[in-house]
Amino acid sequence: MSILVDKNTRLVVQGITGREGEFHTRQMVLYGTNVVAGVTPGRAGQTAIDGKVPIFNSVADAVKATNANTSIIYVPAAFAPDAVREAASAGIKLIVCITEGIPANDMVATYAFVKECGARLIGPNCPGLLTPGQAKVGIIPGNIATPGPVGVVSKSGTLTYEAVDALTRIGLGQSSIVGIGGDPIIGTNYIDALELFQADPETKAIVLIGEIGGNAEQDAAKYIGKHVTKPVVGFIAGRTAPEGKRMGHAGAIISGGEGTAQEKIEALQAVGVTVAELPTDIARLVKEALSK
Amino acid sequence: MKLHEYQARDICAQYGIPVTGGGVATTAAECRAIAEKIGAPVVVKAQVFVGGRGKAGGVKLASNPAEAELHGKAILGMDIKGLTVEKVLVAEAITYEREIYLGVIMDRASKRIVVMASAEGGVEIEEVAKTNPDAIKKIEAHPTMGLLDYQARNLAFAVGFTDSKQVRQFAGIAMALFKVYIEQDASLAEINPLVVKADGSLQALDSKIVVDDSALFRHPELELMRDASDEPLAEQQAREAGITFIKLDGDIGCMVNGAGLAMATMDVVNLYGGSPANFLDVGGGAGKDKVKAALQIILSDKNVKAVLFNIFGGITRVDEVARGIIAALAEVNTDVPMVARLVGTNEVEGRKLLENSVLIPASTLGEGAQKAVAAAKEYAARKGL
Repeated sequence: MSILVDKNTRLVVQGITGREGEFHTRQMVLYGTNVVAGVTPGRAGQTAIDGKVPIFNSVADAVKATNANTSIIYVPAAFAPDAVREAASAGIKLIVCITEGIPANDMVATYAFVKECGARLIGPNCPGLLTPGQAKVGIIPGNIATPGPVGVVSKSGTLTYEAVDALTRIGLGQSSIVGIGGDPIIGTNYIDALELFQADPETKAIVLIGEIGGNAEQDAAKYIGKHVTKPVVGFIAGRTAPEGKRMGHAGAIISGGEGTAQEKIEALQAVGVTVAELPTDIARLVKEALSK
Repeated sequence: MKLHEYQARDICAQYGIPVTGGGVATTAAECRAIAEKIGAPVVVKAQVFVGGRGKAGGVKLASNPAEAELHGKAILGMDIKGLTVEKVLVAEAITYEREIYLGVIMDRASKRIVVMASAEGGVEIEEVAKTNPDAIKKIEAHPTMGLLDYQARNLAFAVGFTDSKQVRQFAGIAMALFKVYIEQDASLAEINPLVVKADGSLQALDSKIVVDDSALFRHPELELMRDASDEPLAEQQAREAGITFIKLDGDIGCMVNGAGLAMATMDVVNLYGGSPANFLDVGGGAGKDKVKAALQIILSDKNVKAVLFNIFGGITRVDEVARGIIAALAEVNTDVPMVARLVGTNEVEGRKLLENSVLIPASTLGEGAQKAVAAAKEYAARKGL
């Protein structure tokens, strides 16, 4: 088993003919993901990826023709909120938005609309989802992952790759990898992912990768304390980041001494989470936790 | 992007918020002229992007134009927390009875825009949040309908207004500030203090607007307001090249793809006894030109004694990064040692390209950091630094 995406995923790609969309769709198809449709307004009837994927004018048309149940968005920031809303109104229940740089205020109404439609949004500004051996919905490199018992949830992209690569190297596969994104408003947070991993019988341990800024990790710690019985290994980036400087991600800023790595690490440790000092130590600590 | 007080004030005025008149001066003579025009006591306020300018002597009261000129002379050119004061706002000095805080901000947890008010105005809201959190009243705006009249009125009651005229005026200002926040794509809009004058009317004495950088593409008029004076040259160059760069005090230059990994790289350098010279995220899918620009920016810092490349290729292709490093090295004359830890997409091709270069290879982040720390020490010893 796995969470969110698997062999039953029927994926529609919004922005399939764009540079990023085309490149990553090819990677997803190569990985074996069931990509059933693409959407580029005005190009209905054409195909993408060497004739493998039919293109539609709208998500609604794509859903009607192909029964797509999941959408991935590679649309530029100015148009991405609309793409999310289009997917939600077309009845897609899982929407993954990779796009970086969406104006934060645009996501307020967009998120509310997604909820109203009963859909789940992953991201924006995230690397997406990967269930090793089954489906890759996003940009996480498929070759570093392998099927196994570890669930991974993270705000960061490349830092996740680092952890997954290390897990694979010591022989620990992953049940699913969830990149939740680093923007101020994201559709799925740590708690949502933790809940899914806790309920997934194949996930035996969870890796939670966080960073400075905000208090999502502290909230996750509270949730773990109450509801998560599986071992959790954590890592928090930005222990040595200075106060008041925004470290790339819109969320990664320590303001007024709040959102520091130290308080996050302490919150996690207080509920029994083992926190790694080095990102590459994560794998070893998971192994130790699983052998207990 | 932060706006100056006077820019924020002008925007607030456009939305009908009562602000304090006056003008911006860059010379002491202009301060005098503005004070003469106002014809009443004035405040001369430094326009710099740092808090605590009052304590630093950047805000002064003048009872007449001659005094305004003297204060202008003292404040212009003054150094406040490393920033030079280039402009001052000369505004009428207002006497008042009460100070209130009013702000609009995004609340990540509720995923709503929140309007906050506090009867403890005049001090930084972060300070109130720490010492007396109950004094801050918050209202969540509706995600699509926005701030509603009744909500704005309730906020007025919550901070202690009882007079119906004042309640109406406060609610109107809150509605206007919310509109400023939405229409200007702000990530923060605040009036602090919003004062109650002796006649009972309200007026904004100081305001602050921070614009969401991600929304600047649809606000060319705000981009024109950019004052890069508080932005170091290297950070400005990086921003223009599409790179996120923050200068730090150490001596190990870092080039990384991805913000989280870049922070983790800094942490690991520290763990092995080194000190990073910067945070640098070249972004996803960085090509040759970006890598070259990033390396030039890193090396423009004379404190740098070693450079550590930590690239985990996903969208980013390692061979492209290697080409960028080679191209940069051909142009920049440097003997600073460099350690490269390049893995992921097209890693074999990338490594091949760098085979005959001066770069020190590393296969893990820990190994890369240790080698960079050692190389920096060796370089310092060799140069007698």
